[in-house]
Amino acid sequence: MRIPLSWIREYTQFPATGMAEDLMAELVKVGLEEEDVHRPTDEISGPIVVGEVLEKHPEEQSNGKTINWCQVRVVPEGQEQTLTGKGIDPSGVQGIVCGAHNFERGDKVVVTMPGAVLPGNFAISARKTYGHLSAGMIASVKELGLGEDHAGILVLSTLGLDPQPGTDAMELLGLYDSAAEINVTPDRGYAFSIRGAAREYSHATGTAFTDPAEQVQVPDAGTAGHEVILEDSAPIYGTPGCDSFVARKVTGVDPNAPTPPWMAARLRLAGMRPISLAVDISNYVMWELGQPLHFYDAESLRGAIRVRRAAAGEKLTTLDEKERELHAEDLVIADDRGAIGLAGVMGGAATEVGESTSTVLIEAAHFDPITISRSKRRHKLPSEASKRNERGVDPLLPAIAAQRAVDLLVELAGGTDSGEITQVGEPALPAPITLDPALAERTTGVSYTAEQLRQTLSDIGASVEERSPESWTVTPPAWRPDLTIPEALVEEVARLIGYDQIPSRLPVAPAGRGLSAEQKRRRQVFTGLAGAGFTEVLSYPFYSEEANQLFGAAEEGAELPMVRLANPIASQHPTLRTTLLPGLLDAARRNVSRGFGAVALFEAGRVFHPGGTLGSTTIPGLGAHPGAEHIAELEAGIPDQPLHVAVALTGEEPAAELGQQARRRDWADALESAHTVAGLLNLQLEVVQGSHQAFHPGRTAELRLSGAQSAIGYAGELHPKVVEAWGLPERTAVMELDLEALIAAAAEKVAAEPISGFPQTSQDVALIVEDSLPSAQLRATLAEGAGELLEGIELFDVYSGTGIEEGRKSLAYALRFRAQDRTLTAEEASEARAAAVALAEQRHGAVQR
Amino acid sequence: MSTSERPAGSTEEQAASSGPHPLDEAAVENAVQQALQAFEAAADLEELKEARLAHTGEKAPIVLANRQIKDLDKDQKKEAGKLLGAARGRVQKALSARTDVLEAEHAERMLIEEAVDVTAAPRRKPLGARHPLSVLQEEVSDVFIGMGWEIAEGPEVESEWFNFDALNFDPDHPAREMQDTFFVEPKSSHLVLRTHTSPVQIRALLGRELPVYVLCPGKTFRTDELDATHTPVFHQFEGLAVDKGLTMADLKGTLEHFARQMFGPEAAIRLRPSYFPFTEPSAELDVWDVNAKGGPRWVEWGGCGMVNPDVLRAAGVDPQEHTGFAFGMGVERTLMFRNGVTDMRDMIEGDVRFSQQFGMEV
Repeated sequence: MRIPLSWIREYTQFPATGMAEDLMAELVKVGLEEEDVHRPTDEISGPIVVGEVLEKHPEEQSNGKTINWCQVRVVPEGQEQTLTGKGIDPSGVQGIVCGAHNFERGDKVVVTMPGAVLPGNFAISARKTYGHLSAGMIASVKELGLGEDHAGILVLSTLGLDPQPGTDAMELLGLYDSAAEINVTPDRGYAFSIRGAAREYSHATGTAFTDPAEQVQVPDAGTAGHEVILEDSAPIYGTPGCDSFVARKVTGVDPNAPTPPWMAARLRLAGMRPISLAVDISNYVMWELGQPLHFYDAESLRGAIRVRRAAAGEKLTTLDEKERELHAEDLVIADDRGAIGLAGVMGGAATEVGESTSTVLIEAAHFDPITISRSKRRHKLPSEASKRNERGVDPLLPAIAAQRAVDLLVELAGGTDSGEITQVGEPALPAPITLDPALAERTTGVSYTAEQLRQTLSDIGASVEERSPESWTVTPPAWRPDLTIPEALVEEVARLIGYDQIPSRLPVAPAGRGLSAEQKRRRQVFTGLAGAGFTEVLSYPFYSEEANQLFGAAEEGAELPMVRLANPIASQHPTLRTTLLPGLLDAARRNVSRGFGAVALFEAGRVFHPGGTLGSTTIPGLGAHPGAEHIAELEAGIPDQPLHVAVALTGEEPAAELGQQARRRDWADALESAHTVAGLLNLQLEVVQGSHQAFHPGRTAELRLSGAQSAIGYAGELHPKVVEAWGLPERTAVMELDLEALIAAAAEKVAAEPISGFPQTSQDVALIVEDSLPSAQLRATLAEGAGELLEGIELFDVYSGTGIEEGRKSLAYALRFRAQDRTLTAEEASEARAAAVALAEQRHGAVQR
Repeated sequence: MSTSERPAGSTEEQAASSGPHPLDEAAVENAVQQALQAFEAAADLEELKEARLAHTGEKAPIVLANRQIKDLDKDQKKEAGKLLGAARGRVQKALSARTDVLEAEHAERMLIEEAVDVTAAPRRKPLGARHPLSVLQEEVSDVFIGMGWEIAEGPEVESEWFNFDALNFDPDHPAREMQDTFFVEPKSSHLVLRTHTSPVQIRALLGRELPVYVLCPGKTFRTDELDATHTPVFHQFEGLAVDKGLTMADLKGTLEHFARQMFGPEAAIRLRPSYFPFTEPSAELDVWDVNAKGGPRWVEWGGCGMVNPDVLRAAGVDPQEHTGFAFGMGVERTLMFRNGVTDMRDMIEGDVRFSQQFGMEV
């Protein structure tokens, strides 16, 4: 909401010297946040004066263009030039070359003198052009920053002005005024008006306020006006779409009467484009009082006006020349031909006030906010009218605003009040609220006196009836439909007296339990990964379906349910991630393209898997516990969102440096990171030779929880085709784990084993097995076979070739034995080794080498 | 026979063959002297090894002489044993002394030779880094943990009821529209990407015993295009306290304490009237940023207020018995003015330089 300063001064004590910033500084105290300052003088500066065209000589140029060589008087006849400066003629007459033609000798125009600066940092100076010294410019509307009008030179008589030459044109055009723009919270519709802002200014400063609504003299009655019928076959939540409708008729309006510059200037500062006097008046009254109005060309109306719900499929061409199909819930203004306006949102084209309109019918009505809000959203028609109507307008305003419009049409457009008044309906006023005055202290911690409560409530326009010390009946003013609960009244008291009066007290919470085990473990993993060299990134969860499919499903073509967005930011990324890898790889590629070819990234984040039911068909209402069953139903519809962790590795580490050979990162580094994550949770992962469509078919580790039969993640090298398609460095390796499942598997507490002080005995074994047997499997078998004396087992050699049968390989392990309670004998160790070998023979056909 | 008169060559010849006679005192002394000289002359351990072999090895004169003792008669044996024993002792002692010297020299030399330019050390395992948005959320969490609060969480794809209705956002109220919501398809599923962390308030109240003091950090979503100051995916933290007798004074005290933890002992806060559907009264929260560029100033930090009784009712709490306060701030925004980050895009692009300048800190 923009507030031109000259406007708010009319109704407040805001000082003449006050700046927009000063106004905002006061308004923010009562909750109207500062947004911006609009100050034409930041863009335009004089001398810019009124000039009278004395001479105008057309001169044809060699380029075929005709220019006008003009003499323009810029001081009153008989007076001397008081301005000085380069290019300012002491005679008071400036010679100016002008390319436009829409003015005549004798016209009063706006002259931007040498030294002036126009919007766009356009500095005016005397300069040689077309064989003359042109000392200034005869300005157009566009050049002055007043609008997009391309008609040419601004001839002041078209604005109904005939000022003396030399008059300050900036003053004349309202360019010294400025506007403060404030942000109005959605509850306070009334603040979308000078009236509301002025009232708030007086609350903030404690200075006097003149209610503009009270300045309007509304006659008690008139002659019967245009027939208006309010019907509502389908009110929403039982509230009729329109509960009050005022119509007034003004005849003899001059359709060509200009909008006075002061009004145009205020509208411009308010952010509205001046259009025609009638339209400008309706906007002006809306801005001033907060009541949206609609003007009809009375001659174009056919029969009585009906306010009713639309018939399904009914059509309406709105002011923006768009034909709209209406919904049965839309409220329309109709006459005998059908809908002529979408009530409270936008008027229709058929009854629009136009260039020949001389009889205007003014509509000022009070509409149901919900009806307006829904129509606005349905037709995507946010307008200044709908903005106010959907927040709720003062239901007592229609008669006042209509009268104000009548007055302005009479005063500025030469119209005559027909004396006809239509007023139908009985508007609903805000309901009284029962307030226990003690609630104010219970809520804010401030012990306000009863007098303070009484005073602030009456300041905001509420009436207070003190039925007992514990029970007051407070009736909010008509313009505050947002005040519905006692707590809202407490807020009014608190904000008017000042939030700075609220004391400060630190509440003591009951003894807490600290981070949950899960939260602690997450931190452990993230910090551990960073310690292990990985840099955390946070990428967006919006993916293309293809990316989700490729990285989220191990098997090509496998069905992968995804959560889809109805309104994605980018249509090519409509699904939510089922895997972290694409986002991580995007980040990796970005780093590589910025010159960081070797990166180790990690991300932790939620992935989304829709369950059996997606969402719920019904949503409980406001302000009441919906019952455990309904809540359970809501919960059941929420997709599964497990926390994953993933890494991506590219390039070399360590890098080639003095005294150090580079090593390219590979699948084993990715696998290592999985072990790191598991290790950080004191877990061991089982590694199985795996397969995943996005991975190198021979370098994929499927990761499992110990003893589990299904994957909890994958690690390995990406498939070369994927690497190429994604523009990644060769051999890019990745890992992803379901961290939530992993954390859930972590032991609640560690049960300690005693540390044996007895010596270790080591024995080696080399076994020949099938090439296809993964070493980890043989290792597990040996460990199982060796029994509990085994302390550790390491693979130290893999051999195939001479001496080993084709298709087989030799794996050599070092077995380390130790007992808790004694020094092991060589025989005991050998026995355990033999048991290990026996199990390997039995299970894998292993043969000792 | 005087050994000193003998040409050196012949002594060596003799030594090479059988060594001096074990009772030839002069010859033995000569051999000892030869050995001592040879040891002394050895410049390094390698030369000393040669000298050792020559003078204590199998063909060394003294060793050969020693070997002849067995052929002497009993008296001579004793005398010769004494003579050669002493000689060998002197040789061994000299050898050991020289070995010590040369080993020490060698060790010293090795240390010199092994010297490196430590300023040219390669990085073998560079440290990674946490994302400052994550660290900041943990830091905020720890402030509240320290006050006895707990950390509550909720889903990112959320039911509209938790995200809006339970928080007193009327479906037809403009406030609901202002949240620029991502809807899950189909819209009839009534699922959204949560637009704020406030639904966790409801979850905390439904799932915990009263009184409740929780902080809820997490990801939030709104349909804003990414630019320097907007991102469709961002983070918030939300605080909620519901207990008997809580007032706005408790809210203010909590926020003041929190602000000092985050911005230093001089930090101050200011509340300005505002509007949120789920609080009444509501306030905007400003913090006095002492370290702001261009001098200390008030910075908008978040929203807060007393929990609207309708919100308590929706979560099954009797507003006659319990009152509560809530507050919420943007993590990105906090990072921007607290740590001087000027472009939102730096936080989401994943450029390692961004996180690495923070390391594990924020």
